[in-house]
Amino acid sequence: MMRKLMLMLLLGLGALPVQAAEHYVIDTEGMHAFITFRVQHLGFSWLEGRFNRFHGTFDYDEANPANNRVEVEIDVASLDSNHAERDKHLRSARFFDVKKYPRATFVSTAWVDHGDGTATLKGRFTLRGVTRDIELDVTRMGAGKDPWGGYRRGFEATTTLKLSDYKMKEGHILGKVAENIRIWISLEGIRQ
Amino acid sequence: MTVPPLANSARGYGLVAILLHWVMAVFLLVLFALGLYMVDLDYTHPWYRTAPHIHRSLGVLAFLLLAVRWGWRLANPLPVPAGRPWERRAALWVHRLFYLLVAAVAVSGWLISTADGRPVSVFGWFEVPAVFYGHENQEDTAGWIHRWLAWGLMALAGLHAAAALKHHLVDRDATLRRMLVPAGGTHPPSSTTREDEMP
Repeated sequence: MMRKLMLMLLLGLGALPVQAAEHYVIDTEGMHAFITFRVQHLGFSWLEGRFNRFHGTFDYDEANPANNRVEVEIDVASLDSNHAERDKHLRSARFFDVKKYPRATFVSTAWVDHGDGTATLKGRFTLRGVTRDIELDVTRMGAGKDPWGGYRRGFEATTTLKLSDYKMKEGHILGKVAENIRIWISLEGIRQ
Repeated sequence: MTVPPLANSARGYGLVAILLHWVMAVFLLVLFALGLYMVDLDYTHPWYRTAPHIHRSLGVLAFLLLAVRWGWRLANPLPVPAGRPWERRAALWVHRLFYLLVAAVAVSGWLISTADGRPVSVFGWFEVPAVFYGHENQEDTAGWIHRWLAWGLMALAGLHAAAALKHHLVDRDATLRRMLVPAGGTHPPSSTTREDEMP
């Protein structure tokens, strides 16, 4: 009797939904991850750049997406707009001031799943020493086994940041059209 | 009026060396002033694009001028400097340091502009290709070196000018005068300009 009870208890425990968040490391080693920005140049065209070095992790819980969380750290000096003199200018104290603020970080605070493969990812973003609550529109892209024995999961995310929020001394000289910076992120993580 | 000597002699500089000296001085002063001016220009300033273009172009030309000047220096006798032995040695090393600094400032500037692999255009006449590029934050490192070497160069120029004035006003020797008046091998020795006017 006692043994039967024990057995039932054990089986019952096993059937309970265990917190099964999967842990992923963003594949910055094989560089299947991109953080790019777009800003208007005087209203004539889009200027595009990216941050070449960053690293991060995320947890993904299929059954309970509220457990999803993301952490990313960006090396701001790795900014690359494919023009050395412009990059130097952007890294200077006039804009990103990378000597004083070498890192930008994002730590998620909430994942609002819309149930259709999209979600709103809320989090605290720190850039140039200024921390702001931001929201990213996330689209799930795919997940599954990769050809090399691993398991991958990838997303695309976009958001718009305001230059003036991050106290860039000369952000205004780029004009009103450059006030909004569009961020486009595409990345995949490798399950640990 | 006699034709001024082109080449140097042991007694003084020829016309070519004097011209190279003063043209270089003007180049370096203009480059330094333009460099200071352009880095603080507003993005919407009409000179925002032009000033760096002129600075890069003049910088390449200054480097070429330096090469010509160095060649001329090697091909000509060096006039014996005035002053005490330590002053002569110091003068020689200051002059050598000038060549080194001007070359280093030019090269570091070129390494900024070519850090992404694109060439430097010289007034649209010709281009200097990128050779070393794509290194980690190359434009920032080269920029830092360029800035401080340029300040060092200006400090050395200040010392150089002060020493020339000291020779002229205190020692009352021909050091400054002979960088103004050609005195080559075919010319009578001159420690003063008045001698040049004698028949």
